[in-house]
Amino acid sequence: MGSYVLKRILYMIPTLLVISVITFIIIQLPPGDYLTSYIATLEQSGAMVSEAEIASLRRQYGLDQPMVVQYLQWMWKLLHGDFGMSFQWNRPVRTLIGERLGLTMVISTATLVFTWVVAIPIGIYSAMRQYSLGDYVATVIGMLGVAVPNFLLALVIMYFAYTRFGLNITGLFSREMAAAPWSVAKFVDMLKHIWAPVIVVGMAGTAQLIRIMRAGLLDELGKPYVEAARAKGIPERRLIFKYPVRLAINPLVSTIGWSLPGIISGETIVSVVLSLETTGPLLLRALLSQDMYLAGSFILMLSLLTVIGTLISDILLALLDPRIRYE
Amino acid sequence: MREQHQIQASTTVDSSAGDRLYGATQWQLIWWQFTKHKLAVGSLVILGFFYLVAIFADFVSPHDPTKRFSQYIYAPPQRIRIVHEGKLRMPFVYGYKQSLDPKTLNRVYTIDKTKIYPIRLFAAGDSYKMWGVIDGNRHLVGTGDPNVPLFLLGTDRLGRDLLSRVIFGARISLSIGLISVFLSLFIGLILGGLAGYYGGAIDNLIQRLIEILRSMPTIPLWMGLSAAVPSNWPPLRTYFAITIVLSVVGWTTLARRVRGAFLSLREEDFVISARLAGASERRIIFTHMLPSFMSYVIVSVTMSIPQMILGETSLSFLGLGLRPPVISWGVLLREAQNLNTIAVHPWLLVPAIFVVASVLAFNFIGDGLRDAADPYSHL
Repeated sequence: MGSYVLKRILYMIPTLLVISVITFIIIQLPPGDYLTSYIATLEQSGAMVSEAEIASLRRQYGLDQPMVVQYLQWMWKLLHGDFGMSFQWNRPVRTLIGERLGLTMVISTATLVFTWVVAIPIGIYSAMRQYSLGDYVATVIGMLGVAVPNFLLALVIMYFAYTRFGLNITGLFSREMAAAPWSVAKFVDMLKHIWAPVIVVGMAGTAQLIRIMRAGLLDELGKPYVEAARAKGIPERRLIFKYPVRLAINPLVSTIGWSLPGIISGETIVSVVLSLETTGPLLLRALLSQDMYLAGSFILMLSLLTVIGTLISDILLALLDPRIRYE
Repeated sequence: MREQHQIQASTTVDSSAGDRLYGATQWQLIWWQFTKHKLAVGSLVILGFFYLVAIFADFVSPHDPTKRFSQYIYAPPQRIRIVHEGKLRMPFVYGYKQSLDPKTLNRVYTIDKTKIYPIRLFAAGDSYKMWGVIDGNRHLVGTGDPNVPLFLLGTDRLGRDLLSRVIFGARISLSIGLISVFLSLFIGLILGGLAGYYGGAIDNLIQRLIEILRSMPTIPLWMGLSAAVPSNWPPLRTYFAITIVLSVVGWTTLARRVRGAFLSLREEDFVISARLAGASERRIIFTHMLPSFMSYVIVSVTMSIPQMILGETSLSFLGLGLRPPVISWGVLLREAQNLNTIAVHPWLLVPAIFVVASVLAFNFIGDGLRDAADPYSHL
């Protein structure tokens, strides 16, 4: 088991390296560089910038170096916890990212838990009562969950909550709590708001999991060992939960890793619609104003989150299913 | 005795059907199997209709989609009626009466029953140049006067007819999915084919690349890439840039499928015998292997199109994809971005219905094709 975990962690290193290269390319893609935008802002505010100043700034930021050197410098700083400066906010990127990344993680984890808690019972029900009314309802909801883009679902839920119940479901905190430091009251306040984004982001994932769970359990239910156990007189409920359900959950565990990119992806766009104080809106704003260091760091950190999440799910799967460790 | 008779009857039916089956080509078999999936056939009809409307957008849309009716800003949808003062008439719409809400200072539209505008088929309206070639001013439906309001889905912030905009948006939104998928397919076929056919180090490298790309959250990646598209590019170039952005992630799914198909086919008897008979690599790939997995590729392509459509819609909605004056469903939905707007003008959400409908239709067709893709398994 130890060697398996070690292998998986070593495996992560090239992945993260390639991701960092992709991120660096994204940062470099827009025409001009950090300095061009910086000078433009300075000139907008009325300051005159001389050629000599530009050259010295260029040297200071290492922008006169070749691409590879710039990449290595950027990486070197990253590894020392220096994410660069956001010129839009004129603050270090690190402080800007910190709290927002935390909230993204909170929502993503809650979404993951939500999809599981909802999908597994529904999946079991659908498989046990195949072709019943409930099964059809679950199938239709599953179809819609995949077809409706989640930002749209957010809009629709927002609209109905407002027109039918007079509820404003935007934001993660009430107005008076938003600026307050963390406390039990603030946490409770967040719980009151978090349900909407969690349902919206979790919809597509739940739909997929229901399908997988249903198909997996249906496969197991037809197998001879189930028949044999039934013939021996094990009560139906105990029989189902003790053997086939446990086997059918296996593929679900192995897909946690795949569902994470989807969840973080969905969270980004839903946060923009529901104006949550997570990474999404800040990433969007950074991209629109070409604040590339901030945007790049966000993309890098979000990817890191998914890679670590995948690692955890792989380890979990290895714990659950011994066969995987020896492959 | 009776039972025996029945069995005999059923076998004769089978054998006559069998003759038809044995003589059929693979594509005929796929088609027959596909038509059994009612939902898929229905979806095919609906999508066909959508694409027809998109192709003939200039003719089908009641108004010029860029024309601003400055008197009718945020006008609600009109209902098509056939009863006026208790009497049956040909279909018509009522005009609008405007007033100002004293509290919110919003425009309030009410029905003006004194103004009756009959709806005519092939009515004269705004002139257009279809596909940049054919001049015309006839529209499928209209009131006969281009300046008379006919807003079946209401108007937007600038008083433009939403129905016309949805119809023109279909052109972009439905085509961008196709183009991105073909681009993805092109990359996927080459890389997936290389990986599956040669195996070994190439396979390993391509597999790792796919894994890494798939482990990155898609939307942030797309956002980052499309933000790099300069905003001063002409619409057509932006359009193609977005298709490339969408394909960056899209090819991975297709490459995986192609690789899988190649791997399993490589060991098939007919491929081995072709190789033993001295067929060239090219001949083995194109004459023997390609036809066998073409149906799977088509299924994967159909299943990938919805992702592309949703991708474009999401990006344009965020303001990172296509930008006005280009009209796509995502661009239209951008108008419905905040709660205040949609609470007062809910019809701005209507383009969403078309997005969902086309995505669902593609999914159902994909399901039907998947069941039909291997027609020999059902015989």
